[in-house]
Amino acid sequence: MRTCLVVDDSSVIRKVARRILEGLDFQIIEAEDGEKALEACKRELPDAVLLDWNMPVMDGYEFLGNLRRMPGGDVPKVVFCTTENDVAHIARALHAGANEYIMKPFDKEIVTAKFQEVGLI
Amino acid sequence: MTPSDYEYLRKLLKERSGLDLSADKQYLVESRLVPLARKAGLPGIPELVQKMKASAEALTAEVVEAMTTNETFFFRDKIPFDHLKDAVLPALIQARAARRSIRIWCAACSTGQEPYSIAMILKDMPALSGWRTEIVATDLAQAVLEKSKAGVFSQFEVQRGLPIQMLVKHFKQNGDLWQLNPDIRAMVQHRQLNLLQDFSHLGTFDVIFCRNVLIYFDQDTKAMIFERMSRMIEPDGVLVLGAAESVVGITDAFKPYPDRRGMYCPNTTRAAPRIAAGSPAMPLKLVAAAR
Repeated sequence: MRTCLVVDDSSVIRKVARRILEGLDFQIIEAEDGEKALEACKRELPDAVLLDWNMPVMDGYEFLGNLRRMPGGDVPKVVFCTTENDVAHIARALHAGANEYIMKPFDKEIVTAKFQEVGLI
Repeated sequence: MTPSDYEYLRKLLKERSGLDLSADKQYLVESRLVPLARKAGLPGIPELVQKMKASAEALTAEVVEAMTTNETFFFRDKIPFDHLKDAVLPALIQARAARRSIRIWCAACSTGQEPYSIAMILKDMPALSGWRTEIVATDLAQAVLEKSKAGVFSQFEVQRGLPIQMLVKHFKQNGDLWQLNPDIRAMVQHRQLNLLQDFSHLGTFDVIFCRNVLIYFDQDTKAMIFERMSRMIEPDGVLVLGAAESVVGITDAFKPYPDRRGMYCPNTTRAAPRIAAGSPAMPLKLVAAAR
């Protein structure tokens, strides 16, 4: 079973994402900030990361840079999932190595479409 | 909704749009028409039917539009667009090298996601630079055509099937809305069209997208539309149908495109078309019904 690391400081969002992604046959690992997500990646790289932008301790953008610099860190597909919905943020995320971008609010169809787009489904 | 109201709507929809509702589709009618009734200040479907019977033509047109408008999103089903990009267009680019033009018809374009998906593919193919590319987008419903023409989509709409790189490249953001760039919009011509009526005036096409619309028609109507489309497509052209649709058992005017599911090419080897070139575009009883 493929794994997806869900990184968001909101437990509600993590719960919603878990429910959607488990329905798509992913095993879910949760992290509430970028630093904890990075620790999880050091233990074992996931197949996918669903990543919030604004979080305490380490934000999603910084996490992504760190992940991509790790050995094998270019492999996980990273899908941002954030309220930062302007073109400038999207362009920054893509430049930093994000594979896709979801603008909150989101639903199951959007997550499914984006995961399909990057070849995870 | 009473059985007689349902029967009235079923008959009217069949005559006006070809929509062939089976007896178990009352839920569909209710889900689409109750909001329309409320919008018109009516308590429910019985009152809506009553008003339609009193010759409220504008309201009847709204009912037909509400029942024939289908959900759509960018690059819906993905595979037909991959086939278009990887197989169909490269073959056409070779075959049309002398005339350097390609015409594509989206026969039920709804709110525009399909023709604009095609337009973005064409725009992003360097081999088509300098070519004349034309996409004709038709639909029965004027309201969806207006939305398509505007090329403005909500945040939800641009996230269903549209790769983020394409969003950034081909759209401008305006608050929560996303406006397609003028160069992409200019590639698409919109026209209102009922597939039950003659469409030969549209000309000849290299590719016809007719997805998820014939599924609502009965077998005879499907066969008639396929036959007429076969006379409007180039001999090496391609017809693209929806994932759950096929020509098999309905017409021999088209045959499956090799190794590409959902795609069909004109059957140039068949003995003789069922409808001769000089005959009416459609059976007279259907012409009468379409009026």
